[in-house]
Amino acid sequence: MNKITFTLNHQPVALELDPSMRLLDVLRDHFKLTGSKEGCGEGECGACSVLVNGRVVNSCCLPLGNVNGQEVVTIEEFAKTKRYQVLKDAFHDEGGSQCGICTPGMIMAAESLLNQNPHPSDEEIRIGLSGNLCRCTGYNMIVKAVHLAAKKGAGLW
Amino acid sequence: MFDKSKSSPKIDHDEKCSGSARYVSDIQIDGMLFAKTVRSPITKGIIRSIAIPALPDGYYIVDHHDILSQNFVKMIYKDWPVFAVDEVNYIGEPIMLVVGPDKAVLETIIANIKIGYEETEPTFGFTKSAVTKGFKKGDVESAFSKAKTIIEETFETGYQEQAYIEPQGMLGYPEGDKITLIGSIQCPYYVKNAVLNCLGYPEDQVRVIQPPVGGAFGGKEEFPSTIACQLATAIAKIKQPIKLIFEREEDMLVTTKRHPSITKMRAALDSDNRVIGLSAEVSIDGGAYIGLSGVVLSRALIAVTGAYTIPNLTANGNVYITNTVPTGAFRGFGAPQMMFAIEMMMNHIPKRLGLDPLEFRLKHLAKQGDLTSTSGLFRDPIIMPKMIDKAIQISDYKQKMEKYAHDATRGIGMSFFLHGCGFTGSGETTIIKAKVKLRKDEHDQVYVLVAAVDMGQGCRTSLHRVVYQTMDLPPQQVTFDYPDTDDVPDSGPTVASRTMMIVGGLLARASLKLKQTWKPGIKQEIIEQYVQPSYVVWDEDKLQGDAYPAYSWGVNVVEVSVCPLTYQVKLEGIWSVYDVGKTIDERIVIGQADGGIAQGVAYGYLEVMEAKQGKLKQKNFTDYIIPTSLDMAPTETVLYDNPFAYGPYGAKGVGELTLVGGAPAVAMAIENAIRRPINRIPATPELIMETLGHE
Repeated sequence: MNKITFTLNHQPVALELDPSMRLLDVLRDHFKLTGSKEGCGEGECGACSVLVNGRVVNSCCLPLGNVNGQEVVTIEEFAKTKRYQVLKDAFHDEGGSQCGICTPGMIMAAESLLNQNPHPSDEEIRIGLSGNLCRCTGYNMIVKAVHLAAKKGAGLW
Repeated sequence: MFDKSKSSPKIDHDEKCSGSARYVSDIQIDGMLFAKTVRSPITKGIIRSIAIPALPDGYYIVDHHDILSQNFVKMIYKDWPVFAVDEVNYIGEPIMLVVGPDKAVLETIIANIKIGYEETEPTFGFTKSAVTKGFKKGDVESAFSKAKTIIEETFETGYQEQAYIEPQGMLGYPEGDKITLIGSIQCPYYVKNAVLNCLGYPEDQVRVIQPPVGGAFGGKEEFPSTIACQLATAIAKIKQPIKLIFEREEDMLVTTKRHPSITKMRAALDSDNRVIGLSAEVSIDGGAYIGLSGVVLSRALIAVTGAYTIPNLTANGNVYITNTVPTGAFRGFGAPQMMFAIEMMMNHIPKRLGLDPLEFRLKHLAKQGDLTSTSGLFRDPIIMPKMIDKAIQISDYKQKMEKYAHDATRGIGMSFFLHGCGFTGSGETTIIKAKVKLRKDEHDQVYVLVAAVDMGQGCRTSLHRVVYQTMDLPPQQVTFDYPDTDDVPDSGPTVASRTMMIVGGLLARASLKLKQTWKPGIKQEIIEQYVQPSYVVWDEDKLQGDAYPAYSWGVNVVEVSVCPLTYQVKLEGIWSVYDVGKTIDERIVIGQADGGIAQGVAYGYLEVMEAKQGKLKQKNFTDYIIPTSLDMAPTETVLYDNPFAYGPYGAKGVGELTLVGGAPAVAMAIENAIRRPINRIPATPELIMETLGHE
C-alpha cells in the first residue's frame, strides 16, 4: 500500500491506511481529534467541517486518498489562533452556540468565508454558512456573530 | 450584543467552540466494544426463524433471551418491548444487538443473520384506537342548538422530525455489580428507572451520567430509555464497556417523531358572531406503541381553544395505533397541532362570514378570570392586548395587510398562542415529586445538584445564574456540573417547559435557605422538594380543573413571499412578542425564541416527512429538509415581564412556547398571499398548487 502523506495541523503525516477511508474517521479514530463531529455522514450538515488548503470541506465525504499532498487543519489547531479567539468571543456575545455540536464546524465555515471575504454582507454570510446545519439557533445569532467577528477582527483576515 | 447585566457568560461556551466538549461519541474507554442493532425490515409479522452465523471470538448476540427482568421499556404503558420476542410491529423494530470490537465485522455478521417472518396484515391510518380521552365545558349541546351559524373545518398536520444534529447514542460499562451509562439524553432518571425495571437491579446498581448533548427537542426524552435497556442488558451479559451510536439514517427511521394529526372542529356562533360553542375531535397517530402518546393527547386536547375563551366546549381525542415507527415527545408535545387548528379556524370563520379577522380574534381572546378549556381559572394577568399591539407595530402588520390585499405574491400572518408551563395536570406532584440539592463544601464552594440536562437550551448557565444571584455570590463560587444520578437527586425530566419554572424555582428557594443559614467553612446541604401551589386542583380522570400552574403567552408575525411560478415560499421577516413571566437570562431566552420559531415555522411550510404503508419516505438530511441559514429570515423579539408568583423571580416556561405559534403564523401568511384557505401543513409548493387548482 502506498503511503498517503499530507500535513495535518501543520505537521507532516504519512499513513498506510485504505485511501477510501473517510477523512473524518481517520481524524477521529486514528488521531483522536474528536472536535470534528459526525451529524449525518453524507455531507449535508457540516458538523465535520475541516479546512483543506484554507477552504471548508465536509470531512465525512472526503476519501483519505484525496488529501494526499494537501494541507488539512482541524478545529483543534485553528483553536490556537487569534482569528479563532475573535470568532469564539463573537459567537459568545451574540449567542451563536447552543448545543454546540455544529459549532466547531460553523466556526470553520466562518473562517473559510472570512478568509475569502473579510467584510461579508448578510446575504454573503448566509450563503457562506448554508452548508452547515444548526437546529438550535435559527441562524440569526450566528449571522450576527460573524458580522461582529468581521468587525472586531478587522485586519486579521 | 447582549447587556452583560442581563446575560451571564455561557458556562460551556469555550469547550463547545473548540470541539473539546466530549459528546458521547467522542468518549473512548479502553477495551470498549461496539453494538449495532438488528431491526425488522417489515411492518408487521411473526418471527418464524432466526439463523445466526458462527460468531468469531469476542462477538455476541444480545436479544430478549438475555433480559434479566422485564422486557418492556418503562414509560407509562407496558406495551413497548426492549427487544422483539416473536412478533414485530414496525419497520425498524429492534430484535437484537450484535456486539464486538470491530464495526466492520459487526456489519458482516448482521448481513449473514437470517430471520424468517410470516407477514401479517398491518394497520394504518386512524382506525385502531388505543387511548381515548375527552372532556366538556359548559353546555355545548345547547350552544349548538341555539347557534345562528355553524362552521365546520378539518385540519391536518404531518410528521415532524426533531433533527437534533447529534444522533442518539449511549455507552456504558460495568463496575463490579454496577452498570454505568453515559448517554445523549434529556432525562437521567427516566433512563435509570427504565433500566432498573428491565434489569431488576437494586437502585444503587445503575448509574446514569449526562455528557454534553447535541440537541434533543423532545427526541431524547423517552426514546433513549429504549437504547439504555438494550445496552444495559448487553453489558450485564458481556461485562465489558460497550458503545452504541446511531447513524443518521438509523436515527431518522427508528426514533420517535411529532404525531401526525387530524382535527375536526365545529364552531357554533350566535347572532353577534361570537363563538359560543366548539366541538373538537382530535386524532393522533401514535405509531406501533403508545409510549407517551396518551399524555401528548392530553396536552393537545387541553390546548384546543388556544389563546381564546370559548364558553361551551367538547374536546375528544384518540391515539391510534399503526404499524409505523412510534411517535413521541417533540417540543410542544401535542400543542403545535392544536395551535395550528384553532388559529386557522379562528381566521377562517370571520373570512367566511365577511368579518374582519383581527377584530374577530381579538374579541375572543382569553382574559384574566376566564375559565380555561378544562374549567380551571386564568388567575394571573393576561397581557395579550398589549403584546399584540407591539407585534402589530414592530412588524407593520396593518399596513402590510392592506398592501398585500392587492399582491398575490406577498403575505403576512399573525398567530396568538399560549403554552401551559410544566407537566400537565397533577404529574408534577403525583409522578415527578421534584427534588433539588445544594451542597456547600468546607471551602464555601456551592454545588448545584439537579438532574436538569443542558441540551443546548442553556440551563446550566441560567440555573447557575439563579443560584449565584439569589445567594449574592460571585459566579465562580457556584459549580454546576453535568448530572450524575449517583450525586444528584431526581429533579425531574428536562421537558415540558418546566426547567426554569419548577427546578429554577426550587433552586431559588434552596439558595435563599442556604444564604440564610450560611456557616462559613462548614459543609452544608439543602434539599428542597416541590409542592404544588395549593390553588391547583386537578381531576386526572375527567381532565377537569387547573391543567397547569401557569401559562406563557406569545404572538408571532411571519411575512412571506410566494413565487407565482413555482409556489416556493420564502420567509421575509419574523416578529415575536412573548410573556415568559420574567427573563432570567436574555441571551438564552432570545436563543430559545430564535430557534423555537425556526422549528415552528419550518413545521408549517418546509419540513416534510411521510409514511407510505408503514415506511418513512425521508431518511436523511438530504430528503428531510430543515432550514439552512438561507431559509431563515431576520427575527425581532420583544420580551414582556409579567411575573408569576411561584416562578424564580417570576419566570414561567420558555422552550416550547417559542415553537407552537410558528406554523399557524406562516400558514396564515401563505393564505394571505394566495387568498385561499390552508387547512394542512406543511404548506409545500405542491399543497399550494393543489389549493389553487381546486378553484
